[in-house]
Amino acid sequence: MAEYSWPKQGTTTLIGKEVDRVDGVEKATGAAKYSYDIVLPKMLFARVLACPHAHCKIKSIDAAAAKSVPGVVSVQLLAKPKEEIKWQGYLLACVAAETEGAAAEGLDAIAVEYEVLPHFVTEQFLEAAEAADRTGKAGATVELENDAPEDEDEDAFVEAEVKRQLEAADVVVEGYYGIHSITHCCLETHGSTCEWQGDKLTSHLSTQNVSGTAGQIAGPLKLPASDVTVHCDFIGGGFGSKFAADEWGVICAQIAKETGRPVKLMLDRETDQRIAGNRPSGFVRVKLGADKQGVVKVWDSVQWGTSGIGGGGVDEKVVPYVLTPPNRRSRAVRVSTNTGPSRAWRAPNHPQACALSQTAYDDLAAKLGIDSYDVFLRNLDSASNKKADVYRAEMEIAAKLMDWKAKWHPHGKGEAKGSIVEGLGMAIHTWGGAGHASNCLLKIHPDGAVGIQLGSQDLGTGTRTAIGIVVAETLGLPLSDVKVEIGSSKYPQSGPSGGSTTIAGVSESSRRASQDALRQIAAKVAEKLGVGAEQAEKMVAKEGRVFVADKPDAGMTWKQACALLGMQPLEVQGKYNPGREKSPLSSSGVAGVQMAHVAVDKATGVVRMKKFVAVQDIGLIINRQCAASQVYGAAIMGIAFSLFEERIMDPATGAFINADLGHYHLPRLGDIGEIVVEFYEPASEYERGVIGLGEPPVISPGAAISNAVANAIGVRVPVLPITPIRVLEALGGNGAVPAKWTSGASS
Amino acid sequence: MTQPTRSNPSRGGFHRRDFLRGSGAAAAATALATGQGLAADETGAAVVGPGMSKITLNVNGADHAVLVEPRMTLLEVLRYQLNLTGAKPISGDGTSGGSTVFVAGKPVSASTTLALTCVGKPIQTVESLGGAKLDPVPAAFVHNDGMQCGFCTPGFVMAVRAFLNKHPQATEDEIRAGLNGNICRCGTYANVIMAAIEVVKGGARG
Ligand code: FES
Repeated sequence: MAEYSWPKQGTTTLIGKEVDRVDGVEKATGAAKYSYDIVLPKMLFARVLACPHAHCKIKSIDAAAAKSVPGVVSVQLLAKPKEEIKWQGYLLACVAAETEGAAAEGLDAIAVEYEVLPHFVTEQFLEAAEAADRTGKAGATVELENDAPEDEDEDAFVEAEVKRQLEAADVVVEGYYGIHSITHCCLETHGSTCEWQGDKLTSHLSTQNVSGTAGQIAGPLKLPASDVTVHCDFIGGGFGSKFAADEWGVICAQIAKETGRPVKLMLDRETDQRIAGNRPSGFVRVKLGADKQGVVKVWDSVQWGTSGIGGGGVDEKVVPYVLTPPNRRSRAVRVSTNTGPSRAWRAPNHPQACALSQTAYDDLAAKLGIDSYDVFLRNLDSASNKKADVYRAEMEIAAKLMDWKAKWHPHGKGEAKGSIVEGLGMAIHTWGGAGHASNCLLKIHPDGAVGIQLGSQDLGTGTRTAIGIVVAETLGLPLSDVKVEIGSSKYPQSGPSGGSTTIAGVSESSRRASQDALRQIAAKVAEKLGVGAEQAEKMVAKEGRVFVADKPDAGMTWKQACALLGMQPLEVQGKYNPGREKSPLSSSGVAGVQMAHVAVDKATGVVRMKKFVAVQDIGLIINRQCAASQVYGAAIMGIAFSLFEERIMDPATGAFINADLGHYHLPRLGDIGEIVVEFYEPASEYERGVIGLGEPPVISPGAAISNAVANAIGVRVPVLPITPIRVLEALGGNGAVPAKWTSGASS
Repeated sequence: MTQPTRSNPSRGGFHRRDFLRGSGAAAAATALATGQGLAADETGAAVVGPGMSKITLNVNGADHAVLVEPRMTLLEVLRYQLNLTGAKPISGDGTSGGSTVFVAGKPVSASTTLALTCVGKPIQTVESLGGAKLDPVPAAFVHNDGMQCGFCTPGFVMAVRAFLNKHPQATEDEIRAGLNGNICRCGTYANVIMAAIEVVKGGARG
C-alpha cells in the first residue's frame, strides 16, 4: 500500500501560498459560461407559472389560450384540478417559447381557478402557532449530572432536577431569542439548459453536485443514467440549495425531448426565492443558571421554528451551542407553515443555534456586569468539541486585533456621541470539515503535458485552483502546466460540494494520484539513470526536474522523464474514501472565534458595522488567498443575516412579500465595515492536513453582532435580523420579551 | 372562497408591447431598420413592432444586425443573439447591478434597457475588458480574489470600471460610498474594495 503525505512544512512552492485563481480572468471578463449562459441553436426559453397562494385547491387549469400565443411552442401543466397546494410558488405550469417575452405572455394566458384555503405562515410566536394547531413535538435532549433514582419516574425527575439546579444557581437569566428564515439567494437562479443528441441528454445544470445529479434526471425520464450527462463548468451560487436536479431540471429535459429543441429553464427570481431554498427559522425561550463568576451550570430551553409544511426547525441537539453546561434540557417544537420547503444552508443548524444560545451567555455577562469575554473564557471548559485550548488562544488573538480590552464597556454604559453608541460582542463556533469521497483521473502525456479530471464543481471555493496547486506542487511544475477539468458527470465521481468537504476531498484524490504517478515516473528515471530502486524511492520533482533528493545532478527534466513513458500516456486514478483509516492528508474539526464592533444610532435604530474580526483554525492551507476569501465571504454573509435579510411572510395573504432582490435586503459594499481575517496556525495545524473551511466562519456572526448591539444599547434586540425597527422596539421596551409566552413545551 | 382566475405573480417588464413611437430612439430605430415589422400609424409617426424588427447595434466596436421585438431588453439581445453572456440576468429589475454594461459611455442595467433604445449608441460589455490586453480592473479582481462563484463579478467589474473612470483617484471611503449598486451573495465586497484600491494605486484608467 502506497504511502501518502504532504511535503514537509516550509518546503512548498505553491501549497499554502496566495495563488490567483486559474479561472479568475474568465470569471472577471464574462468568458466563464454558467448554466444560464449556455446558448444553443434553436433554443427555446421556458418559464414557470407559480402558485400565488400559500394554501389552495386548484379548481381548474386551462392552457388552451396559452398554446395559441404567438411564439409559444410548448405548454406543460404540472398541477391537476383538485390538487391541494400547500405553499406559494409551487409549480403549476411551464411554457416554452421562442423568446422570453413570448414565454411570459404564454404564462399569462393560462387560466387557473383557485379555491383559497386557510393558511398559517408566521411562526415567531409559539402561542399563535399552538392556537392554530400547527405545532408538534420535535426532539428533546437532556443531560444531567445526577441520575434519576431507580424507582423515580424519569420525566418527573428531570423536571424536578432542572428546577432544583435553577433554584440553586447564584444568578438566573431568562431570555427569548430568535432568527428568521432567510433564503439562499443564489445570484444564478436554479435551472438548466438541456439538449438531446439522439437518445442521449446533456443537462447544463446549475448544481453543486455534478456527479450525483445525472441519475436524478435519468430516473423520471426512464433513461439509463449513463445516457445523461450533467455539465456545469461554473455555478452562480449554491450555499446548500443546489444538490438536487429538482422538478424543474426534469421538466426542462422533458420539454427539450418533446419539442426536439434545446430548452433553457431557469427559475425567475421570485419563484427562486419562494421555492428553491430557505434556512429554517428558530426561536427559543431560555432559562440558564450560573454562579457569580458567570460559569453556567444549567440550561433549560424550549425552541421552535419551521422548515415549511413539515415543521422542523433547528436541531435541539446543538442548543446550547458549543458551550454546553453539565445540566441541560433542550426541547424542540416544530411549527408547520405554508411556506416553501427549506434546504441545507451553509453550516446547517449551527448559525441559528449559535444565535439562539450564545446571546443568552452574553446576557448573563450583562446581568453580572462582567466582561463578556470573561464569561466566554470561564465557560470554555464546557466546549462540546473539547477545544478549549484552541478557543482560548484564538480569543486572545481576536481580542488583540479588536483591541477588546480597551474598547469594551459594561452593557449600555458606553460613551454616547449624540444618539450614537458603540458596542462589542463575540461568539465561538465549531465544524467538522472532513473531505468527501473523491476520485480523479490524472493523465501524464509523453510530451510532459499533465491533465486531471474530476466530477467536481467550483462553488466559489476555487476548486480548479486547489486541484491544480496540489498536482503542480507534487509534480514540481508551474501551476499553468496542469490542466484541470471539472464540471462533468463523465469525469470520475467526486462528492457534492456541501458541508466544507470539497477542498479536503479533491486534495486527497489529486495528491494520491500525483504521488502515485510520480513514483512510476521516478522508477523509469531511476532505471534510465541506472540508479537503484532505493534511489528511486528518494526521487522528488521540483522546478521542472525529477531527481534524487540529495543529488540534484542525478535526474532529468520533467519532459525528458515523461518521454520515458513511450507512446502511451500514463493514467493514474486517485481514490479517496473517508471513514476507514485516518488519512495523513486530511482531517476535521475546527474551532473559531469572531468579534464584532458596531455603532448603533438610538434615534433611528440603524446599526453600522465598524469592525469584524474572524480568527479561524484551518489545518493545512492549500490556497491562502481563496481560504481567506471564504472567511471574508462568510463574515459578510453573516452580517447579511444579522442585520439585513429576512424572508417576510404576510400573515394576511400568506405571501412571501419580499421575494425579489429589491426588497429582500442584502448588504452592499458600503455596509460591511472593516473585516479582519486571521488564521490560527501553530505548526501543528499543518500536520492535521486539509480541513474544509466554507461553513465554520458563517456561524458566529449572528450571536457576535447581536451581542455587540446589546453591549451598545444596553438591551437585547431579541430577533435577527436586527433591523432599525427592531432596535427601536427593543429600546422602547417592547421588543425584549413578547408579551404572550406560553409556558412549557406544547402538544 | 373563489378568487378570480390567473393571479400569477407579476413578471415585471414583460408587458412592453406598447409601440415605441415618436421618441428619438424609435426614430433612430426606424432609420436603421430594414422595414420588417415597420409601419406608420395614422398620425404619421414611425412605429416599430409589435413583431420583430431588424436593427443594428454597435457592440464593443463592431456593428451587429439583430432582430428585436420592442419588448426585448438589451440584456436578452446581447446574451441570446450575440452570445455575450458576461452581463447576467440576476434580479431583472436592475437592483443587483449584475447586468451592467456601458451605453454611450454610461453604465446602465441591460436588464432594464430596451434594445431598441440603444440604436446608434455605442455599447460596451465586460467582454471588451478581456482579451489579449486585460483591463486593469478585471486584473485587479483576479489579483485580489474579488470573486467566488463569480456570477456577480462581470457586473461588478463594469461598475468599478465606470466608477474609477469618473473618480480615478478615489479614496477607500469614496470607494465604499460609491459602489453600492451591485449585489454579491458570496460576500466578495472586501476583496472588491481591495481590487479597486489597487487599480487607483496603479493609476489605471480605462
Ligand atoms: S461571487 Fe458569487 S455572487 Fe458575487
